[in-house]
Amino acid sequence: MYFLASCLVRILGRSFPLKKEKKLMIGYDAVTDAAILAGCRFFAGYPITPATEIAERMAEKLPKSGGIFLQMEDELASINSLIGASWAGFKAMTATSGPGLSLMMEGLGYAVLSETPMVIVDVQRVGPSTGMVTYPSQGDVCQVRWGSHGDYSIIAIAPASVQDSFDYTIMAFNYAELYRTPVILLMDEVIAHLREPLIVREDVEIVKRKRPSMPPEEFMPFMPKPGEYVQREMPALGEGYKVIVESTMHDELGYRESESHEVGSRTIARLWNKIEKNVEKIAKEEFYFMEDAEIAVVSYGCPFRSAINAAKTARKEGINVGVVKMITIWPFHDSMIEKLAEKVKAIVVPEMNMSKIVREVARAAKGKAKVLGVPKLAGQMHTPEDILVAIRSVAR
Amino acid sequence: MVRRSPPDFAHYLAKKYMRTEMLPTAFCPGCGLGIIERAIIMAIDELGKDLWERTVFVSGIGCSGWIPVYFKCDVLHTLHGRALPIATAIKVCRPELNVVVTMGDGDSMAIGGNHLIHAARRNIDLTVVVANNMLYSLTGGQVAPTTPQNVYTNTTPYGNFEPNFNLMELMKAAGATYFARWTTWHFVQLKNSIKKAMEHRGFAVVEVVSQCPTYAGRYILGKPDPRDFMEWFKENSVPVEKSKEMSEEELQGKIVVGEFFKRSDRREFAEKVHTLIRAARGDSG
Ligand SMILES: Cc1ncc(C[n+]2csc(CCOP(=O)(O)OP(=O)(O)O)c2C)c(N)n1
Repeated sequence: MYFLASCLVRILGRSFPLKKEKKLMIGYDAVTDAAILAGCRFFAGYPITPATEIAERMAEKLPKSGGIFLQMEDELASINSLIGASWAGFKAMTATSGPGLSLMMEGLGYAVLSETPMVIVDVQRVGPSTGMVTYPSQGDVCQVRWGSHGDYSIIAIAPASVQDSFDYTIMAFNYAELYRTPVILLMDEVIAHLREPLIVREDVEIVKRKRPSMPPEEFMPFMPKPGEYVQREMPALGEGYKVIVESTMHDELGYRESESHEVGSRTIARLWNKIEKNVEKIAKEEFYFMEDAEIAVVSYGCPFRSAINAAKTARKEGINVGVVKMITIWPFHDSMIEKLAEKVKAIVVPEMNMSKIVREVARAAKGKAKVLGVPKLAGQMHTPEDILVAIRSVAR
Repeated sequence: MVRRSPPDFAHYLAKKYMRTEMLPTAFCPGCGLGIIERAIIMAIDELGKDLWERTVFVSGIGCSGWIPVYFKCDVLHTLHGRALPIATAIKVCRPELNVVVTMGDGDSMAIGGNHLIHAARRNIDLTVVVANNMLYSLTGGQVAPTTPQNVYTNTTPYGNFEPNFNLMELMKAAGATYFARWTTWHFVQLKNSIKKAMEHRGFAVVEVVSQCPTYAGRYILGKPDPRDFMEWFKENSVPVEKSKEMSEEELQGKIVVGEFFKRSDRREFAEKVHTLIRAARGDSG
C-alpha cells in the first residue's frame, strides 16, 4: 500500500505530504537518524571499528539539530559523560564495540543504580580482546546482561535489518525513559554495514522525559508511585530539585545508605523488579510460520535472516518449521519460550557465538522441548544450510 | 520513607547550605575535608546567593568524594576517577551552571589522570578542588602518586619508591588556565582562590594539601594529631614568590603555595561547542 503510494509520487513527479518516506539506507545511518528523531541531543564516543561510523554520523548530524557531539578520551569518559548529559536533561547515546563495551561496564552499573536513561549501541565484533576487528559476532549478548558487577537487570534489543535498526533505536530511547534505565542496542557488524530499503516514518511515538509533578520539597527522585517499580519523573540539574545522583547504595531520596541491609535490599530488588516484573510489557518478538510449526528456530540479529530462508526450504522438504525473531533479548521472555516449548517438539537456536542465549532458552523451556544450539564462530554468518542441518537433525 | 529531622546544633552556614539531616559528616575528627567544605560554601556565599542555585557539584570516590554529598545542592557522587567526564558533559549541556568538582589526589591523578589532562586540554569551564592528603585514605592508607619519598604506607611497607606528580606542572602543561595551591592552614587564601576559580572562565584547579590525621598523620607525620599537622603545614609552606629564589635542595619537603598561573589566551570549551552548533544551524547571531 505504502509502496504504491510512493510509486505514485514518483510517477506524478511531485511530492505529497506523505507521513512515510522510503529510502535506501545503511544500518548505522538508520540508527543515527532514528536517534535524532527520538530526541537524542547528546552523543559521546570513542572511535572503534565497527561502530565508528555512528560517531562520525552523529558528529555531522547532531550540531545541525542543535545537539552536542563529543569525542571523549576513552570509553570510560564516554559512558560517564552520558550520565552527566542525561541528568542535565538531555537524551544521550554512545556507540561502541567489544573492547569499548568492556571499559563501559563500571559506568553501566552507575547508570543502572542512579536510574539514568541512556542508549548504548554495541556493534558487536569478534572477541575476546581485540579479536577480529572487522568481523561480526553476537559475543556480547551475555556481557550486557551480566558484565557489570552486582545484581541488576537491563533491557537489550537486537535489530536484524536496517528497518529494525531504525525502529528499535526509537524503541531503545523510549524504553530508556519509560524504565529510567540504560538500554543496549545490540547490533552486529553485518547489520551496521548493511544497505537496505528503509521506510522512515515520522508519525512514530516518542516518549518524552517526564518532569517532576511535585515541588522540590515533596519530590523523591527514586520513589515510584504505589504499585509501580519506577519513578518516571526525573528532574534536570539546576532546576531546584537538589538531587543526589549516588553511585553508592541509596534510599528513595537519593541519600547514601551504604550500611543498611534494609534499604539496600529494597533498592536492589526494586531496580531488578522494574525490569523483570515488567517483562510482559517490555519483551517483544515476531513469529513467522508458527501456526503449524513443530520445530521453531529462535533467533535474534543476523541469524534471523538465514533462519527464515532455512524454514522455507525445510517446509519444501516437508518439515513444518517456524521462526521466532526475538526483538528484545533482555529481559529474557521466559513465558514466551515456555509456551513455545509446549507447542513444538524442538527449538533450534542459531547464534554467532559459542551458544549463549540457547542456555536461557533451555532454562525457560523447562524440558518441554528439545533445545539445540547452532554456534557459529569467528565472524562467520550462518548459512541457511547450517540451520537446515540442525533442523533436519531434530526433525528425525 | 520519612525524611530524617535535622539536629539543631548546626552552624548558620550549614543551615543555609547543607543537608543538616545528614550531619555529622562521616569524616574522622580533625580531617581537613571539613575545612575545604567550609571554604567552598563561604566562597559561593560571598559570590552571591543566586550562584548556589546555579551550582552543581560532581565528586569522585574517596573520602574527598564525600565533600559535596552534604551540600543542599544538585550533587553527583560518581565513580572513582570519573567525575571530570561527567562534569564536562554537564557544563557543555548547560553552560549556565556553575560546575564544581571535588576529587582526591588518587581520584584525580591516578585512576582519573587521563580525564584530568584532557579536561585541562579542553579548557572546559570547571572549578576543580583537589584535596591532596598525600595518600589513599578511604581504602585505609596506601601509597598515592603524591606520597612523599620513603614514607611507609600499607602498600609501601619498605618505604615509598614511587616518584611524585606535581599537579601544578601537570596542569600547566596540559592547558589548564588557573591554578592555585594552598593547605588547610591557609583558609582565607584557599577560600579566595576558590572564588577566583569559580569566576574564571576555563579549567581552574585549586589544590588543597589537606590533613588526614588517621593515615597521613600516622604514616607521614608520625603522629595522628590534626593540630600538629596544621602546624607542619604552616611551617613547611613557602609562598610561590619566595620559592623562586630558593634552590631545589632548599625546597625539598616544602609545600609551595599561592596562585601559580591565570591565563586568558585560551578559549573555553563549552563556548566553542555552542559556537559550532550555532554555525551548523546557520545561525550567525
Ligand atoms: C575502580 C575503583 N577502584 C578502586 C576503588 C577503591 N577506592 C576507593 S577510594 C580509593 C582511593 C582514595 O584515595 P584518594 O582518591 O586520594 O581520596 P581520599 O580518600 O584520600 O580522599 C580507592 C582506591 C574504587 N572505588 N573503584
